[in-house]
Amino acid sequence: MSTTTAAPQVKETTKAVDFKTIIDIKDMDLYYGTYHALKKVNLTIPEKAVTAFIGPSGCGKSTLLRTLNRMNDMIPNTRIEGLVDIAGTDIYSNEVDVETLRKKVGMVFQQANPFPKSIYDNVAYGPRLHGTTNKAQLDEIVEQSLKQAALWNEVKDFLKRSAFSLSGGQQQRLCIARALAVNPEILLMDEATSALDPISTLKIEELTQELKSKYTIVMVTHNMHQAARISDQTVFFLNGEVVEFDQTDKLFSNPSDKRTEDYITGRFG
Amino acid sequence: MNNLFQDANRQQISGRRRNDLIWRILFLGATMFGIVALSALIITIITDGIARLNPDLFTNYPSRRASASGMKSAIVGSLYMLCLMAPISFVLGVGAAIYLEEYAPKNRFTRLIQLNISTLAGVPSIVYGILGLAIFVRTFGLERSLLSGALTMTLLVLPIIIVASQEAIRAVPRARRDASFALGATKWQTVSRSVLPSAISAIMTGVILALSRAIGETAPLIIIGAATYVAFLPESLFDTFTVMPIQIYNWIARPQEAFQDLAASGIIVLMIMLVIMNVAAIMLRNKYQKNI
Ligand SMILES: Nc1ncnc2c1ncn2[C@@H]1O[C@H](COP(=O)(O)OP(=O)(O)O)[C@@H](O)[C@H]1O
Ligand SMILES: [Mg+2]
Repeated sequence: MSTTTAAPQVKETTKAVDFKTIIDIKDMDLYYGTYHALKKVNLTIPEKAVTAFIGPSGCGKSTLLRTLNRMNDMIPNTRIEGLVDIAGTDIYSNEVDVETLRKKVGMVFQQANPFPKSIYDNVAYGPRLHGTTNKAQLDEIVEQSLKQAALWNEVKDFLKRSAFSLSGGQQQRLCIARALAVNPEILLMDEATSALDPISTLKIEELTQELKSKYTIVMVTHNMHQAARISDQTVFFLNGEVVEFDQTDKLFSNPSDKRTEDYITGRFG
Repeated sequence: MNNLFQDANRQQISGRRRNDLIWRILFLGATMFGIVALSALIITIITDGIARLNPDLFTNYPSRRASASGMKSAIVGSLYMLCLMAPISFVLGVGAAIYLEEYAPKNRFTRLIQLNISTLAGVPSIVYGILGLAIFVRTFGLERSLLSGALTMTLLVLPIIIVASQEAIRAVPRARRDASFALGATKWQTVSRSVLPSAISAIMTGVILALSRAIGETAPLIIIGAATYVAFLPESLFDTFTVMPIQIYNWIARPQEAFQDLAASGIIVLMIMLVIMNVAAIMLRNKYQKNI
């Protein structure tokens, strides 16, 4: 990205609405072995809104995102302290089973990762995991999910075709449909557009605006302009710390921390 | 414009070209050596064996007279062996591979097992014969039966199948597991619905190649006492049996030329069987590459 000094343009529609908090992180520390990757994170994330994580690469954005659906559990020697509360439940407590958590907190990855199966079977994968076997019910879920991911019209006649026959942008929307098919509350997106062309990126950005009426969206982006365009709240990370989070328009127009200001005006990163 | 191509150092370039040609000839020679030797072998066997390659070979039992001899009991014995070995070694081999790749803790003990398996894959086959003799024939009292033979051969192919299956499982991209876990799948759901479907063609390729090795093996079966002269078909798992390579070995050991020709036709049958298995393996591999 160029190092222009103009702060990104913030979308006009961001209103200072009082959102309900759905995710509440308190004094959370995360260690990869001895490496202290997240330091004393305190953060709240509003329900049915788009929250963007920005910051230079390696500052812990993906790590924090993965603590929200406990995908970090699979990385050996990871240790986490503090509280991660989603909708009133401490998700690291013993009562929470991780499969249910991941059903409620879906994830879309940086590289589209469809299964080597048909478009239909990709979307039906999640519902089948959780016990839906009725054909009519699956048909309905697949159609609804593909519609929500704005992909239905493009693929409705080739549902039996391999997911690999789709373009990169379509594959990523298929992955979104697949995540929506298990009826989550929260959708995590880790740089989901960074491997896509501008038109596909735009499509997915528009999609997030549709989806936020039903889902809470938390997205990592290395692109500040994208955060400014589509998010309601922005979180700025630096070296494993949350430096500042605020309503997007406020954070970009009037940051309270000097480091945030330096970053958004392109002085580093 | 034309100067650009003219002032290169012509002498140096022609030197490099000559060098290139020499290497090319050397490599071609190395390849030809193998091809010529193999062709000579195949041609001799076919010219010797083609005359006896008739239905009698498949329908007659071995006999003292070469003209009346066939390898019915050996062909059926080999097929029975294959049918016993394939499911046992598939289940045990793939099961072990799944455990080692997906479930086993990554500690020193696992690494030790891993090292042992890789080493076992290279142990001479006769050693498995000795093992089979001690375990199945003597300890379990299975005698020189079809079952003893199949279990011994299973031991022989297991390390190969485990290693091949592990490689196939490891080749499944991480992203495909993550996608499954992120949808709320358990470990077993992820393995059975995402990992294995992606790896199964490569696993099958490994299994078929391992089985085709076993089909051509003689030494371990001779050790455990497979009979060389069997004039009936095994009717139960506990009957004595023979297999194609043993029958061939038996014929070759005879002084009469008629038996030598019979052996050659037996070799043709065995080779055709191995070619079929290898073609199946290649077809599976091609299918797999399309899916990646
Ligand atoms: N699996 C891991 N094991 C050890 N260190 C890791 C692992 N994943 C990430 N890290 C380290 O944690 C830090 C934060 O990484 P990450 O969350 O991926 O950053 P970002 O997404 O902001 O680029 C980096 O320094 C990275 O090297
Ligand atoms: Mg990242």
